[in-house]
Amino acid sequence: MAFQVDRRTFLAGAAAATLPLAPAIAEDAGVRIGLLTVKTGPLAQGGIQMEQGIALFLKQRKSLLAGRKAELIVADTGGNPAGAKTKAQELIERDRVDVIVGPLAAFELLAITAYIAQSRVPLLSLAAADDMTQRKPNPFFCRASSTSSQCNHPLADYAAKEMKLKRMATISEDFAFGYEQAGGFQRVFEDEGGRIVKKLWPPLNTADYTPFLAQIEGVDGVWNGFAGSNPIRFNQQYAELGLKAKYPVCGGWTAYDDALLKSFGDEAVGAVSASWYSSDLDTPSNKAFVAGMVEDYGNIPGGYAAGTFINGMCIEAALEKTGGKTEDKAALMAALRAVALKDTPRGPFRFDHLGNVVGNVFIRKIERKGGKLVNTIVKTYADVSQFWTYDEKAYLAEPVYSRDYPPLKS
Amino acid sequence: MNQGLLLAVNSIAMGGLLFLLASGFSLVFGLMRIPNLTHGSFFMLGGYLGISVLGKGPDTLSQVSLWLGVGGLPPDLAFWLAALLAAAALAVVGGAIERLLLRRLAGQELAQVLVTLGLSFIIADLCLMTWQGDPIPLSPPPTLRGSLPIGHVVFPIYRLATVLIAVAVAVALWLVLDRTRLGAMIRAGVDDPVMARVSGIRVSRLFTLVFALGAGLAGFAGVIGALILSVEPGLDTDMLPLALIVVILGGTGSLPGAFVGSFVVAFLENFGQAWRPEFAYFMLFLPMLLVLLLRPQGLFGRHAP
Repeated sequence: MAFQVDRRTFLAGAAAATLPLAPAIAEDAGVRIGLLTVKTGPLAQGGIQMEQGIALFLKQRKSLLAGRKAELIVADTGGNPAGAKTKAQELIERDRVDVIVGPLAAFELLAITAYIAQSRVPLLSLAAADDMTQRKPNPFFCRASSTSSQCNHPLADYAAKEMKLKRMATISEDFAFGYEQAGGFQRVFEDEGGRIVKKLWPPLNTADYTPFLAQIEGVDGVWNGFAGSNPIRFNQQYAELGLKAKYPVCGGWTAYDDALLKSFGDEAVGAVSASWYSSDLDTPSNKAFVAGMVEDYGNIPGGYAAGTFINGMCIEAALEKTGGKTEDKAALMAALRAVALKDTPRGPFRFDHLGNVVGNVFIRKIERKGGKLVNTIVKTYADVSQFWTYDEKAYLAEPVYSRDYPPLKS
Repeated sequence: MNQGLLLAVNSIAMGGLLFLLASGFSLVFGLMRIPNLTHGSFFMLGGYLGISVLGKGPDTLSQVSLWLGVGGLPPDLAFWLAALLAAAALAVVGGAIERLLLRRLAGQELAQVLVTLGLSFIIADLCLMTWQGDPIPLSPPPTLRGSLPIGHVVFPIYRLATVLIAVAVAVALWLVLDRTRLGAMIRAGVDDPVMARVSGIRVSRLFTLVFALGAGLAGFAGVIGALILSVEPGLDTDMLPLALIVVILGGTGSLPGAFVGSFVVAFLENFGQAWRPEFAYFMLFLPMLLVLLLRPQGLFGRHAP
């Protein structure tokens, strides 16, 4: 292996050899941040926002983190596990990145987690798979956004206590992110006296939700966990069938993400959701972040852009702790997990010993203000951990939330 | 009971949309013997073009609507104009693709299929660059708003209108195919291209024409479909398999086949998803498998694909 020289390295070497006046490789090659994102295909909407978030962060810091130059290397996974694996390998072995931000989807993350642990490059991902920081933790993993179920625990509390709902149906895509979100919601909702009477699982690429919506009856509210662009269709069809007028609807952060507001119409007004980020949050760094996003990209940012922006802040804080050093990956990882920030776009947060965030969860309600839709914060749950109010040991002894867990009570 | 009624009504509405999508696919498949894998992309591109003609979607493209003069028209007229303009644009695109690319690969079915697959990727990414990744919903024109009560829910009228549009298109296509000289030539080409060529029909010109017609129908369907589905990346690959199933069930090149196949698929999908969502695809593809095994030419087809 040591003798193999690939074409790029050879060309770079040849170029360097023939250009004696070219500057020698600078003493500081800079901190190299790899971004695994999706820029093509159906997941690109979130992926492009992820790139915008971290690009804006580096621009605001003038590409200087803890006194070192920072360089962003963007890799497009294409939104599939094989692509994520290939690109993670490229970033680590060819581009020699110091830290990776991404990937977007849980199945991409699961495809690379073993490789990341083995190559010991810190990974900060937005992918929400619960067990990455629960039953199958990865020592080189850190998550500043949330687990799938994390925001749905407080949402269920809000639905039971403030919305006073008793019998609900859940509807979410038929994959792990949907199961874990719905499971978290169901557990807390039922522990507080509510009852989930029906769980519906439309396949990921369902064009028309009518066959599922037709089955919603005998409830007083509906929870949904849709992601990507599915919320647009779901809410439109939910309203068209006259269900919105009957059953109030609530959902997870991807279902009513701020970045979707410009695509929604009146059908989404009144929807309640729980998110770890809100563009409505009034903190100095969030103000600057939202203003920067509007100026550079013309978009109100949602969780995807905020997530990578905050990941950038984590990297900066960790580098300040290591004095800008990145060679000792274990030390860098320890510094990342010890990050505790006060002023970020999502408010104050820290990490737990498994690398998952402990921070605020906002309950928002969509309203029409000045002709535009906004997610107004109606309640803030402070310092929400991935275990909610449950005991960590007892929580981890139970199986991870799945399609049939918790089961429906007959 | 109520639920079954709602599902049945919805199946009929979706069947209408599927027919708009699959009729063009069926004609192209029947005549040229290739499954045109760009068909889903034509559908999506049609939706995007219709949306831009109506001045929806990204701000950077909203000028298109003013430039075309559609912006100031009454919304109903504007909607139908947008659908027809999208159909015309796609017909031109389809004709050009046939003339410039597929023509050079005449007789090499595998190469043609690969080219259409490659084109579908190119169109998908061009759409992503142009209209970005955000889903764009389209609300129905004023005359199609409102809803009918069905059981404990209400059903939007514009979805039922899809069926009427589909029937109108089906009748128009049938008249063309059955009553005109052009239709006779197309039918001859579908049945026996070699014989048709020998008897003096310019089959290659027919190819261009039919491909343009198929693409135009897909573009038109895209605008109608945008009302129900909203246009977004991935819509192409969602719709293509449905067109494929419809055509394999109904028989390639057969208009009644595409019509019946569309409604069969819509009913299977609706009731399958409501009954056992985890087997929904199985229930869609099982009939296709049975048809391929027992009656490879499809329910109404005259020769195997």
